[in-house]
Amino acid sequence: MTKAGLIRLALIAALLGMLEVMVRIGRIDPLTMQAPHKMVIDLYSMLASGKLNKAIAKTMGNAAIAFMIAVSMGVISGLLIHRLRRLRETLDPLFATYYAIPVFAFYPLLILLLGLGDAPQIFIGVMLGFVAVVVNTLNGLDRVPRVLLKTARVNGMNPFETALKITLPSAAPYILTGAKFAVAYSLIGVIGAEFIMSTGGMGYEISFAYNNFDNATMYPLIILILTASITINMLISRWEKSLLKRRGLQ
Amino acid sequence: MTQPHIRLTDVEMTFSRPDGAGEDIHALGPIQLDLRHGEFFAVVGPSGCGKSTLLELMIGLSTPTKGSITFEGKPINGSCPDGIGVVFQEDASFAWLTVRDNIAFGLRRMALDRREQDERVEKALAMMGLGEFADVYPSQLSGGMRQRVCIARTLVTEPRLILLDEPFGALDQQTRLLMGDEILSLWRKTGATIFLITHALDEAAMLADRIGVMSSRPGQLIDIVETNWPRDRDSRIVEEDAFGAVTARLWRSLRVESMKAIGKKDARP
Amino acid sequence: MSGSGRRLIENMGWLTLAILVIWQGLYVVIGDIALRSPMATLKFTASFVTTAQFVTHLTETGKAFLMALTIAVVSGLAIGFWLGIKRFASDVFEPFLIAVYSVPKITLYPILLLIFGLGLSAKVAFGAIHGIVPIALFTLNAVRNVKPVLLKTARVMGLSTTATIQQVIFPSALPEIFAGLRIGFSLTLIGTLLGEMFASQRGLGFLLMNAIGLHNVDVIVMLTFLLTGFAGIAGIALLLINRRITAQI
Repeated sequence: MTKAGLIRLALIAALLGMLEVMVRIGRIDPLTMQAPHKMVIDLYSMLASGKLNKAIAKTMGNAAIAFMIAVSMGVISGLLIHRLRRLRETLDPLFATYYAIPVFAFYPLLILLLGLGDAPQIFIGVMLGFVAVVVNTLNGLDRVPRVLLKTARVNGMNPFETALKITLPSAAPYILTGAKFAVAYSLIGVIGAEFIMSTGGMGYEISFAYNNFDNATMYPLIILILTASITINMLISRWEKSLLKRRGLQ
Repeated sequence: MTQPHIRLTDVEMTFSRPDGAGEDIHALGPIQLDLRHGEFFAVVGPSGCGKSTLLELMIGLSTPTKGSITFEGKPINGSCPDGIGVVFQEDASFAWLTVRDNIAFGLRRMALDRREQDERVEKALAMMGLGEFADVYPSQLSGGMRQRVCIARTLVTEPRLILLDEPFGALDQQTRLLMGDEILSLWRKTGATIFLITHALDEAAMLADRIGVMSSRPGQLIDIVETNWPRDRDSRIVEEDAFGAVTARLWRSLRVESMKAIGKKDARP
Repeated sequence: MSGSGRRLIENMGWLTLAILVIWQGLYVVIGDIALRSPMATLKFTASFVTTAQFVTHLTETGKAFLMALTIAVVSGLAIGFWLGIKRFASDVFEPFLIAVYSVPKITLYPILLLIFGLGLSAKVAFGAIHGIVPIALFTLNAVRNVKPVLLKTARVMGLSTTATIQQVIFPSALPEIFAGLRIGFSLTLIGTLLGEMFASQRGLGFLLMNAIGLHNVDVIVMLTFLLTGFAGIAGIALLLINRRITAQI
């Protein structure tokens, strides 16, 4: 491990240690923050008891569906929009301001359109993640060297084949960047929607636990979500790095 | 065979301005040119004279506004005919494929049985001195080696006409001379016709049988110089007096045109 | 105004038109049960924005947003410059920033509420967290990517560290820094609003949440329209400035 990596680990350890001490000596109210070791124990017993497994499966499942739809639709739309210059120029201002739009405000409308089930929550996750994938895919497609496209034409490749064999592989690192955002956004969409109006899922359980001062449930759930998102992110990052390294870019 | 390998008849290219305003840009022509089977032909010209436009027309990436181009007697129409291979100036290696897969890329799209494909790839690897790098990715190679990968990728399809668009433009002078030797030896081994576009007078003088000199825009062939080199030449030809004479003649034809090209740039607002 | 700027506003016009058409079409399909027509929304907005109730909530949100934005810009720039100049520090801390950037921050909100209590500070903190990270990351990269030859030139000319930052690093990194500020602006806004939506008793986010609970379609559609409109116009204005800065350099 690098020196910077070691320092980083030491910092995390120091932070957790400090938190542990502060809670134990009572400088931090246990109603505000649990001691780190307690969070781990709570997480273990929560998972072992299985009482929240349904909520966890629902949220993670919905986020996974939202993620997959956002990435697949985002890449396909990116390819299409890239070919239609006029459409792209028109959409540019939307992309530039998209993340300031309070997407959750559309939730009531979505419930009405899609019913009370999981669909509106997944839809919000897709709405958030989709644009991140489109924007990054476009960014990647812009950077495909022109000479590679010429090579495709000299080889007589049709647009579909060119996308599959030239442009998508060439833009892959950027698409992965978009996918990383999509991980976070699909979780934000699903959990946020559960916060607002839902009868199940981790977002609902967190907000229920918060209202009942049940830190023994709230913190483990939060840790679980953060761990899941960081882990998936790191896996995608590793993939991205190996692609970049292969290209001598990192 | 009396039929030329590729024939350009009254070829002209005009671009309309992207914003639709102003006069059209007359980029090229009219150009008449016949390439003989198996000859090494080079084109030199000032920057912006339409050399690359000419190449794009010859591989069917764009269609001439006027005139026609025929390859082996058949007109070129909107797509690159089988039998023509191109190497571009920019690095066109695929960063996500190994050297071997890069070289096999064009072959895999041809109706050849797999064993024949593999044999050709191995042969090209050996011929271009890439054998020990077959399984690495292009990013691990130098610029010159990557250009070899692109040349090998073109060679395996066994083109009868090879177009080279300033293929050594990004390489240093010594590497260029050595790559020139390799191109000459490939030319002898394959018997293909070679059409080389370059801005380097010495490169054209050293490699080609005939050299076409292009004027500044609209690019036209204003001179064709015969070098009369023996077929088994190499880069040591630069030592000969005749080499100096050829380069000097090229420069005499080009000097005024190059000045025009620079002057035009300065005149722009 | 430059050609690209005019083009952008023109496109914005087309986009607005397209959204209005889709909106009206959706309204025809869905009806009054969950949507209002653009016309009705405009009328309702005109009468509602003058009420004391709206002004109170708007002031509250505006205050929270401005505070969050100030914190995000100042600390984001400071962190970005520091890490951009100190190579080793950025090796240590950049992964933290990236991790925070890519985590669903919504899950952290209950913790902020426990720390700050229900009120202004929690949502300011939530908004600021959203904005700091992109501003810091963009600034860091912008500063790090300043061409080495420019820094060498500054050294040859004997510029002090402060002068180098002021006269060389900042101007040449400005376009990218501004891009970070633009994203930071958007995310701070959405962070503040989300903070108000999920736990607050005042502000436009609260008003929206309340309307969702009461199924007050008039208010829901109006607020969505107002917030989206504000975000859109502010975003475009920043984008225009951004393009002008980029074109200058």
